[in-house]
Amino acid sequence: MITPVAEVGYAEATWILIAKSIVIFLGVFLIVPVLTVVERKLIGRFQHRYGPNRVGPVGMMQPLADILKLVGKQVFRPDAAVPLLYAIGPALVIFSGITTIAILPFGDVKDGVGFYGIDVSIGVLYFFAFGSLAFYGLLLSGWSSGSKYSFLGAMRSAAQLISYEVSMGLALLGAVMMAGSLSLVSIVEAQGEIWYVVPQFVGFLIFMIAGFAETNRAPFDLPEADAELVQGYQTEYGGSRFASFLLAEYLEMFVVSGIAAAFFLGGWMGPGPGWLDPIWMVTKIMALIFVFIWIRATLPRLRYDQLMSLGWKVLLPLATLNILVTAVLVVVT
Amino acid sequence: MLRSYLPVLVFTGIGALVGSAFALLNGIVGRKSIRARGAKTEPYECGLPSEVSRTFRFGVSFYMIAMLFILFDIEVVFLYPVGVIMNAADSVFVLVEVGVFVALLLVALIYVWRRGALDWR
Repeated sequence: MITPVAEVGYAEATWILIAKSIVIFLGVFLIVPVLTVVERKLIGRFQHRYGPNRVGPVGMMQPLADILKLVGKQVFRPDAAVPLLYAIGPALVIFSGITTIAILPFGDVKDGVGFYGIDVSIGVLYFFAFGSLAFYGLLLSGWSSGSKYSFLGAMRSAAQLISYEVSMGLALLGAVMMAGSLSLVSIVEAQGEIWYVVPQFVGFLIFMIAGFAETNRAPFDLPEADAELVQGYQTEYGGSRFASFLLAEYLEMFVVSGIAAAFFLGGWMGPGPGWLDPIWMVTKIMALIFVFIWIRATLPRLRYDQLMSLGWKVLLPLATLNILVTAVLVVVT
Repeated sequence: MLRSYLPVLVFTGIGALVGSAFALLNGIVGRKSIRARGAKTEPYECGLPSEVSRTFRFGVSFYMIAMLFILFDIEVVFLYPVGVIMNAADSVFVLVEVGVFVALLLVALIYVWRRGALDWR
């Protein structure tokens, strides 16, 4: 019998709860524009060119210029579009990206303040519940655009998201079994002896691969495969609504990396005093996001039937075997 | 404690705020003078006349994947509670139960696989 290491469901005073949520949101929200420019610079370096380097010092003002330009565009909607749904689609995608930030743990309870949005008994299920809302956003915006390319892209992303969602859930289950809790804070604290990336290496790989597919990143960016589908579900969007898809993609990348860091890379743990914890967490997230960008620069895009058979015929049986083996090991040892 | 869920409310509020801000910002700040009409209002197409109706048809493969998703996602949903108590329970009985449950679903997966439902058409 193991005792729970963290007090799940701890709540501070109401104003601290509200203040810390806003601080966490602002922190992540300010990192995202930096990510866009870092990605473009890295991709540039991978391809032996400079990347953006004109706007501001070393091109760091580029996201500001992009946002200003996109916001200044004319409002536009094709005749065939369904107006209300066409507007709601991108908003839903952003909504899903922002609400999932709440689950990321940047530290445990220090001086009576927990360094996380929520630490509740449903834990990672919250991530699955709110993360899946993005699926409605993509499908709605693709369908309501009234364009063939948008619709095809939306159907593709729908099939892709649900195919990889199963493997993603199973990949995390191994770590949940070892920690005996769904709360991310407890899971991180259970990794005091050894990071779960070692005993759960298969789970980590499956989670990252499924994460690439869930965030529609290369090599699984089939929904927006430029060569076949123009831009997939975003084809008919412009201006700030187009920007919201971009923002949501980076938010999702951040959240998926955060979940992976908490489940497999020891979360906020690292050498140094306690106040370094959030910095360690962000460092690990950044390292995983670098992997996302690296993969994008390295691998070519898969064909769609290859993508589906990878999800169902390789990842799903592998993830199932992984949890069976984990279950046996957990009970035997 | 139910109060520890309060940040969820804050985050959903911020999410709705930012989402609708991005959806509406264009209309407030953007250019308004040019009226869109003619070919500009048609959906994207490679030079062909666009033939779009709101009653799209899509392949049965999508339905197939959706049904398989429901089947296997429920497997995951059922395995999560067992996974949480696995370490604490420390009993062979639970282990065998999980094994039987997963084995049944693996049989289902093999059946679906052999019938070719996983091949994308």
